[in-house]
This record gives sequence, structure tokens and C-alpha cells, in this order.
Amino acid sequence: MAVKVLTGNHAVAEAVRLSRVKVVSAYPITPQTTIVEKLSEYIEKRVMDAEMIRVESEHSALAAAMGAAAAGVRAFTATSSHGLLYMHEVVWWVAGARIPLVMAVVTRAIGPPWNIHVDHQDIMDQRDTGWIIAMAEDNQEVLDLVIQAFRISEDPRVYLPVMVGLDGFILSHTSAPVDVPDDTEVDSWLPPRRQPYVISPETGLVMGNIAPDEEYFLMRYSMHKAMEKARDVIKKVDIDYGETFGRSYGGLIECFMCNDADYFILLTGSWAGEAKIAAKKAREIGYRIGVARIRFIRPWPREELLELSSRAKGVLVFDRSISFGSTGQLFSDTASTLGIGSTSMIGVIAGLGGVDVTAEDFLSVSLKFIERVEEEGRVYEPVYWHLPERVRDKIVKPVMPLSRGDS
Amino acid sequence: MMAVRLKELPRRRYGQPGNAACPGCPETMGLRYLKMALGDDAVLVVPASCISVIQGIYPRSGINFPILNTVFAAAASTAAGMSAGFRLRGMDNVKVVVYAGDGGTADIGLQAISGAAERNDDILYICVDNEAYMNTGIQRSSATPYGAWTTTTVTGKTEQKKNVPLILISHGVPYVATASVGYPLDFIEKVRKASQIKGFKYIHLLAPCPIGWRFDPSLTAKMAQLAVKTGFFPLYEYYKGKLTISPPSRPFRDPKRRTPLIEYLKLQGRYRHILNDPNALKRIEEYIDEQWRWLNLLESTNGH
Repeated sequence: MAVKVLTGNHAVAEAVRLSRVKVVSAYPITPQTTIVEKLSEYIEKRVMDAEMIRVESEHSALAAAMGAAAAGVRAFTATSSHGLLYMHEVVWWVAGARIPLVMAVVTRAIGPPWNIHVDHQDIMDQRDTGWIIAMAEDNQEVLDLVIQAFRISEDPRVYLPVMVGLDGFILSHTSAPVDVPDDTEVDSWLPPRRQPYVISPETGLVMGNIAPDEEYFLMRYSMHKAMEKARDVIKKVDIDYGETFGRSYGGLIECFMCNDADYFILLTGSWAGEAKIAAKKAREIGYRIGVARIRFIRPWPREELLELSSRAKGVLVFDRSISFGSTGQLFSDTASTLGIGSTSMIGVIAGLGGVDVTAEDFLSVSLKFIERVEEEGRVYEPVYWHLPERVRDKIVKPVMPLSRGDS
Repeated sequence: MMAVRLKELPRRRYGQPGNAACPGCPETMGLRYLKMALGDDAVLVVPASCISVIQGIYPRSGINFPILNTVFAAAASTAAGMSAGFRLRGMDNVKVVVYAGDGGTADIGLQAISGAAERNDDILYICVDNEAYMNTGIQRSSATPYGAWTTTTVTGKTEQKKNVPLILISHGVPYVATASVGYPLDFIEKVRKASQIKGFKYIHLLAPCPIGWRFDPSLTAKMAQLAVKTGFFPLYEYYKGKLTISPPSRPFRDPKRRTPLIEYLKLQGRYRHILNDPNALKRIEEYIDEQWRWLNLLESTNGH
């Protein structure tokens, strides 16, 4: 083990190298590019015994990774934002084909207007595809998740592809110390490649021809069942990883100051760091707020959230994305889990297009919510827009002002 | 390269009874010839196309090939990845072959092919050209010829057929050829030759479709020969920078020896509305001249 100072993207590259990936195929997009650059360098300099396919589009990037994986080798790709949307069709195809594969998604806003900064709209758009979707909080977790992702994806109980999300620029381009395990440690922790089938002259198999409706139905059912089984696999992999490398994160969610909390901030990604600071500050002024950080958006941490909410007066869900005309995606999943019952809930939309959200924002929104709950008894507000006061003087030409009740 | 002889070809049945092809289907003819040419070391990559259907219904398959079906626009890149995968596993003997339609090649798949060709990925790409989107019910593609009726060009297509082989020649790939299901030995020879070459190989296989072209299903082979004999679809190969007109097409370099175009067109219902339109017929003649002008031009650069 060695501590290296790495950007999130270079942590991805290190993890891919350590996982002995054989085929990398990728197409550049900001802010994913430095992953591809580093992997190209590793492969050209023979630091990695692998092939790099420098494809002409993201659609092809995932298709080529799928072809390689179907031929029996470990494959990897990485993308972001529009690149992820462009490959969306293949995202579905890989999951339906049950081909184990890992992809890093450097989360970024979607245009128009062009915006290269972080939000989660791109990765949230993939929720229904049958991929396991993980999100990292920091660069260390990025490295750990990518290595774990191969083990989860290639577990015979799962055999589904895995996306590892890391926030654009906040993680991808920010350097932090990362414990990088030795090659031999990872070699003995990560089993050799396993997959449900290989397409080759030896097997003579056909994948993807037309299936009768009922068979199709059952294949979809099996994907859902695999996703359900993945919950246990993810938790066990997290514990097992901790035993070997000294870091476990808590499975599908990471709970911070949750034990005695009355209120929870529920979110995913790097801004959890700011939420945790806010939770600490809240304690100082007498409010017990915990942070439940969603590490896996799929499979959804249903049991964990039910357990938490049974003791909570209120839940604040922070979404860095929205399903227009409905709510933030984490909110809708949370509401469907908790039911629109006695627990107070608010769905906060914040940080779109990289708008900075600080501990101060988390604290002020939370306190306002708590005040309302204490006063009104029960609050249910599915969509609440938060644009920090301090950034508003940056606005040159507002399309429209925020409504009353939003902040 | 030894010429292929009929009696040396394997006698195994490759297209199984019960596959889902229409009567007179040229694509299953092509698949049989492909298997005869390559034996058992090939894996097919198939994008959305008639072949998606023809191969049969899960859990069975009517075609003796291992197949990875893939999305419409990414056959070439899927194959490129597979080829890398086999290479890294030390299975260099496995030939990765794309078998795609003209829509999946000339239209939606063109970007992926161009990428694979430019990278010189080690795959054999076969475009089975039935000159329209037949699987969705006869809609025009960029490979539909001028004048042809389709359900989206009900008064006849107003543009000429896109020339994909020329596009690939311009990529500088090691091997490009045209072939016709009417000349199986020529096609088999080309497949065998291509499969011995490292890098990106492309064969454009003309596949007259009785349903889409509106002709009697017993005439598929004849139609595929008439396309060559009229000079409409010249057979050639481009290898190591040298263009060679293939034997079946050689007599028809001379326009006087060609079968009159009308003999080809009048058998196809899709041209019925232009058979008495001299201007339309002239445009098809011009297309043929244009094909040969390109070929003569390329041939004249041989050895330079």
C-alpha cells in the first residue's frame, strides 16, 4: 500500500490498472478525459497489459467494451454527460445481455445551455437501465468503488454491469491523498474474470436474438432479482474489502451521526462532505441532524432507509437533478419507500449546473425545514428550489425569478 | 490464392430448416456461403437487421454461427471489441465477422464503420445490401438506387445509391470487395482471402430481396446475376492499393457486352413506374457509367 496524491480521475485509472482490465475503449469528454489519457499512457508504456480502443463515439465506446467482455475479458469505459446520453441505447443492451462490465461516470450537467460542471442529471437518467449505480464521496472511495465494482459485477449472483459515479471537477479534477493498494493485494482480493457466457466458436452461443414475449418478461424479472441479490453482495464486498484494505463504508448507504438523529439529510455524491459539516454545526446549536449518504442508487437502499425513517421526524432529500414535472429522482425513490405517511419530507433541488452548495446552505435549508415541522406538525413538500442568496449577484439575465417558498 | 472449386466446398447444411427467412431470401444464401468459406472459427456480430429475425427465436437458432447481436449503429465497434478480446485471450484464430444490412452500414452504422476502418481493427465487415430497410417493411436507405419504389419513396427514389465500398477504399483499409449472391464461388473466394488478412476488411454483398424488390422468389440468384451482367453492380476487389475487376464482371466492362438494363429492371416491381420513362432510365444508365468511371480511374492508378 502506498499513499499517492491523486485526482478522482487518476484514482479511477489506478483502480482500472489494479483490476487488470484487458480492454479499455473510450471517447473523450470533459471532465472524463484525464481518465482516458492516463489509461492510454499506462497501456502505451506497458504499465498495463491491455489494449486501448480509441473509438469514434461513446456509443461505440460501450459497444466495443461489450464486444470485448462478451469474448471473455475484463473491459472498462468511462464517460460523462452527453457522452453517457449518447451511449444510452448500449447501456440498456449491456445490462440486458447480462455482461459484467464497469464504467466510470464523471457526473456533469446536460445542455443546453452548455455547462461542464457537476450535477447528477446524467447518471440519474440511467436509473432504469439495469445497471448497478454507485456514487463516490471522495477520491479514496472512487478507487475503492471501481475495484469493488468488478467483484460485484462479476459475482454469479449478480452478473450486471456497474456504473461508478464521481462528481465532475469536485472529485475528477481535485487532488487528494489516496491509499493505493499493491498489485498483489488486489490480485488476491479480486477473483479472475467470471461471466455468465462467452460468445465464441467453442461455446457456439447466440446472444440477443428474438425472444418470445413470455421469455422476455422472465429475463426482465431475472434482472430485477439479480439487482435484489446484489444488495447482499454489495454489503459483503464492502465488509470483505474493509477486512483486507481497512476501509468499509457501510454498504448501500453511509450513515453519519444517524444514531440519535431526529432529522436526516439524504443525498448522494461529493456534496455529502458539506452536509456532514452542516450536521456537526447543527449539533452545536441543539439540533440532531444525521446524513444518510446514498452510495448505491441502484439497487435502491430500501431497507436501510425504512430503518432510519422509523425513528425520524423529518427527511430532507437533496437532489442535484430533477425529473421535470415530478420531483428530484432521489426524492421520488425516497417517497415511494417511506410512503406519504407521517414522516415529514422535503425535496430540495440544488446545485444544478455546478452551483456551489456549502455547509451553510445545508444548515439554513435544514433549520428552516425543522422550524416548519415543529410548527406545522407535518410537512410534505416534494419540490423546493434552492439557489443560494450569495450567488445571485452573479446572475446577469435571469430567465425568471424563484417562486415564493423556494429559497 | 487458389480459386474456389465447387466440389471442394463442405457439404454440411448451414442454414437449418426452420429459420425465419422469407422464401428466396438472399441473406441466408450469403450466410451459407460465408460458413462454407470460413468453417467453424467465425463469430458473427449482427446489428438490427433481417438477420436479427432470420437467426430464429430464443432458445434456439437456425444458423450455425455463434452470434453476438448488437445495437443498430454499433456493429463495427462491437466487433472491434470482440476481436481485441479474442486477441488478448490468445485466440487469434477466431474471425470476427459483422453481417449487417445496408441501413446498418450505409446509414446509421457508417460512423462506427469509419472508426473501425480508420483504426484498422481486425474484423471482416460484410454489408448484405438489399437496397432498403427490408426488415421494417421496405423503406428507402441511402443504398436504395435511383428510381426504386419503397414505402417512403412511393414515386421512386430521387437520389442515387451511396457508394460505400468507395468510401472504405478511401480509408486506406487493406481489403475492400464487392460480391453478389449470384456468384457464390467469387464471394467465397473473397471471404477466404479477406479472412487471411490482418486488419479491416470489407465486402459489399449484393442481396436482391424478392419482397422489397417485388420479384418472384425463384429469381433471387438470377436477379443477383443480372445486376452484374447489366454492369449495374460491378464485382471487384481492392487489395494492397490495387483494384482488380473480378472475373464475373470482366466481360461487362465493355458496355456492348452488357445485358440491356431493361432486362434487369422489368423483372422488379419496384421499377414498374419508370419502365416507360426515358429520363429515369437515362439516370440509371448514368449511374452505371459513373460506377465504371470510378473503377477505371482507380485501376489506372494501380502500381503507382
